[in-house]
Amino acid sequence: MTDTEVAPSISLARVAKSYGAVRAVRGVDLLVEAGETVALLGPNGAGKTTTLDMALGLVRPDSGQVTLFGLPPSRAIARGLVGGMLQTGVPLDYLRVRELIEVMASFYPTPRPTNEILELTGCATFQGQMTTGLSGGQAQRVRFAAALVGDPELLVLDEPTAALDVDGRREFWRAMRDVVAEQKTVVFATHNLEEADSHADRVVVINGGSIIADGTPSQIKATVGTKTIRMALPDIDLSELVTVAGVVNAQRHGLTVVLTCSDSDRALYELLDRYRSARDIEVIGGTLEEAFVALTSEEHG
Amino acid sequence: MGGLYLRAELQRTLRNRRFVIFSFIFPLTLYIAFTSADRHYRVGGVPFPLYYMIAMASFGALIAAISIGPRISAERQMGWTRQMRITPLPVWYYFAAKIITGYVVACTTLVVLYLAGLTYGVRLSAVDWLTMTGLFLVGLFPFAIIGVMLGHLLKPDSMGPVTGGVATLFLLVGGGFGNIGGTGIVHRLFELIPSYWLIRAGAVTLGGSPWTLEGWAVVLIWSAAFAILARIVYLRDTARA
Repeated sequence: MTDTEVAPSISLARVAKSYGAVRAVRGVDLLVEAGETVALLGPNGAGKTTTLDMALGLVRPDSGQVTLFGLPPSRAIARGLVGGMLQTGVPLDYLRVRELIEVMASFYPTPRPTNEILELTGCATFQGQMTTGLSGGQAQRVRFAAALVGDPELLVLDEPTAALDVDGRREFWRAMRDVVAEQKTVVFATHNLEEADSHADRVVVINGGSIIADGTPSQIKATVGTKTIRMALPDIDLSELVTVAGVVNAQRHGLTVVLTCSDSDRALYELLDRYRSARDIEVIGGTLEEAFVALTSEEHG
Repeated sequence: MGGLYLRAELQRTLRNRRFVIFSFIFPLTLYIAFTSADRHYRVGGVPFPLYYMIAMASFGALIAAISIGPRISAERQMGWTRQMRITPLPVWYYFAAKIITGYVVACTTLVVLYLAGLTYGVRLSAVDWLTMTGLFLVGLFPFAIIGVMLGHLLKPDSMGPVTGGVATLFLLVGGGFGNIGGTGIVHRLFELIPSYWLIRAGAVTLGGSPWTLEGWAVVLIWSAAFAILARIVYLRDTARA
């Protein structure tokens, strides 16, 4: 690498980790460039948290290389380049919220003003409260403030909205847009497709400890080519419909069947050949959710 | 960088009033109970009120030092330790803050027991008070390290019995409940235990230094040994985390 090139914010090379017989992460390669907002999307137990923990140096991989900004994680962290919001982490007791955030700020070389961070993360209203009496949502805001206050170049968020309701989620992402400057790198884990679709410019789909797709939300939908065919087709068994080439999944809603397809063109030719009684035929462009279902079921099938 | 962190750690500890009070209330009660009965007795040439003042201060201070363990363990359980590990705060600073905090609580016990000693007629020169306190603080160090080690070894639910048991056992073999083993081989063995030297700090009135070279060696070796163990336990703990 030359000096003019900027090292990637995160670089994982053939990274693997097992817990006993469970292979949590099986050889993941991932490069995240500066300024990207990446969603690590996968169901529970897919290996998202283990992957992020290895990126942060909290878990040592069994094999493979991890660097942040071209440095070992511990050195990038020591320079104050990294902020993280972990899934667990009850704020230190016997401190007020404001005191805790001031302490966290004091660890970083160029922190943001505590007042501003408390305001933006919605902690200002309860900043004088002791950390012991916080609600789940409040504790999540405090963890968010703790992750942001150092003004890190790379922000790693492990399921940041898990404890929040719909309003809380919207507020969280609004705060993210307000606080995190464009040039910062953000990586967040989620199992929520809508969240990945609307807040990431790149989605990395992970399942069974491996990356199974990587691209913009629309690329992901396109690679899978997932489209849905709906048609009124009474009296035909679903088990028969899934044998049609190009059909991945079949569901029935009354008279209508909904077929998720990996190749909708091919499926449509065969369907029209086989079932002359089909009516009200619609072909609908895939959603990320359908792409996700197709991807993860391919993996297991 | 971490000045604010140390202040916060001290604040957290002193706000936990129950913790502070309980670290000196038992030693103080025991001191008053036993010293009232045996004021004129001597142990190894040392007047009982002085000997037992240091023994009971050791008791409280041992508990305060080993209680670094439950505090670390609780923070690990709560998950905030992981949050701290992804900040630039160096690990040694984290431990230093915990050890200093343990020392502050130990000093509270010391002051309370000194005051109790004064009321039972303990009179020392300023030099003797300072020598004794200095040696006491040095002798406490291996126990602070044991606290750090236990914090990374055990979960909070097993901490109560372990810290209580460890502190009481060390105090017993160190002579905190009375000199045991007389002058024979058993006594020689007990001289290899750091709590013996902690209590030995009270022998200032006998003239010369209450600590021989052996005392310094015992404290140094125990500190080093437990520092190595603590490091092994810490690395194993954080690799798995």
